[in-house]
Amino acid sequence: MIGVTPFFLFAILFLLLPTGILIVGAFQDSQTGAFTLANFGDLLQPSILSAFRISIYVSATSALGGALLGFALAYAAVLGKLPGWIRPTLTTFSGVASQFAGVPLAFAFISTLGRLGLVTLLLRDLLGFNLYATGFNLLTFWGLTLTYLYFQIPLMVLVVTPALDGLRKEWREAAQILGASPLQYWRWVAGPILWPSVMGATLLLFANAFGAIATAYALTGSSLNIITILLYAQIRGDVLHNANLGFAIAVGMIAITAASNLLYIWLRARSERWLK
Amino acid sequence: MKESRFGSWLAIVLGASYFLIPLIGTFEFSLRMKRGEYSFEAYRVVFSDPNFQASFLFSTVMAVVTVVLGILLVVPTAYWVQLRLPKLRPLVEFVTLLPLVIPAIVIVFGYLRLYNSSSFLPLTNSSFGTNVLLACGYATLALPYMYRSVESGMRSIDVRTLTEAAESLGAGWPTILFRIILPNIRSALLSGAFLTFAIVIGEFTFASLLNRPAFGPYLQLVGANRAYEPAALAIIAFFVTWACMGLIQIVGRARGDSARR
Repeated sequence: MIGVTPFFLFAILFLLLPTGILIVGAFQDSQTGAFTLANFGDLLQPSILSAFRISIYVSATSALGGALLGFALAYAAVLGKLPGWIRPTLTTFSGVASQFAGVPLAFAFISTLGRLGLVTLLLRDLLGFNLYATGFNLLTFWGLTLTYLYFQIPLMVLVVTPALDGLRKEWREAAQILGASPLQYWRWVAGPILWPSVMGATLLLFANAFGAIATAYALTGSSLNIITILLYAQIRGDVLHNANLGFAIAVGMIAITAASNLLYIWLRARSERWLK
Repeated sequence: MKESRFGSWLAIVLGASYFLIPLIGTFEFSLRMKRGEYSFEAYRVVFSDPNFQASFLFSTVMAVVTVVLGILLVVPTAYWVQLRLPKLRPLVEFVTLLPLVIPAIVIVFGYLRLYNSSSFLPLTNSSFGTNVLLACGYATLALPYMYRSVESGMRSIDVRTLTEAAESLGAGWPTILFRIILPNIRSALLSGAFLTFAIVIGEFTFASLLNRPAFGPYLQLVGANRAYEPAALAIIAFFVTWACMGLIQIVGRARGDSARR
């Protein structure tokens, strides 16, 4: 038992207790310390609700988009009959790009799609197309979603490739021999096998985007009202004038990512039955 | 069949453009500092900025400390779970996955409450104490990656036989752990270490909220105040990440070779 004691001690001190103290604090009144549910009631004020809502929208949109495009890329590399070098190149690059998040990613997109970015200037000078006149702005919901896709797509590629590998060639051949059309093959064979891993990966992407702050903060400063930026401002300067309301926000975030992850674990357990 | 290959190529080409255009855009932008010509002026300015050097050094040291701390925490745990306490495996796995569930900003919020100056363990009172807290926080963030990589390394060797052989020759557990097991999972350790390094080097939330002079907050500050330097910094950060991932590939390949032998 003594061998695993340091690990559990560490986990308690730096993971469980810090989270626990927030959860307990969320149920306490900031003045008296008496137990209350009022902090959760206060979450319903418009600015906090809207921050949660925008965070959920950005995370869900970038997760769905990332899942769709990442799946297409992984599918092309694994089953698309492409030259052999494509797949290892894609995997290596996905490893890099999925870690290339945070502040530098924001800089990269400002240099590309900002008001003076390369693509913005090229569109203006070569095609006479003023991107920013269309209402596009990098510092908004769609700009943030587009930026998040840069690490979401590669993460999807990494997570979903093993599932595509598990799709045996024999199954397709068997379906063909039995006279199935490609549509029928997807509807009755590949789809049911793949969907739990694809859904699960999408949920992982959701949690990944939901907890992110550095990219959004470097991109928009505090102008975009997402929940991580609101919590950051609260920690920095008690902008809500109620410390325990901050705890309730934190607990709300945990509840959302936990729900998403529980669903992921359940789906993964389902998908692993087929992929052994 | 031709058609399906066209679709695959289309996906790859579109995907590649999406990933390469921002990199090209960033690189081009980073060269524009001098009016009317391309130059590496922004890089020169960045590299000669003492704050760049100091913050990069700080984060590098933090990353190395985090890697050592992570190894000391994870290796004995994975070893004992594998050898003596298989019943604990689900629990340990659950704990190591928690940092993926609990957002980093929530964890550091908890630290600030738990270890503030009026708490039972006032780590944030001194800069050394805060550095210790930061290293522990980084080790927490890296836990999922470090544990998975060490665990898969240990599954690929015969821990039981190695342990019994060493025990019968009279080795104690520190000898077994550090002179037998550790060298045998070297490549798994290294890939965990490089991934940890890549995570720590640009990390923003922890360092910023704990007020430490790390590379991430420095990047953010430059980004808010300068025009061309941020692009140069993004390219530098990309190459650091690229180097870490490249090293993982190399040690991973080395592992494959030794397994085949």
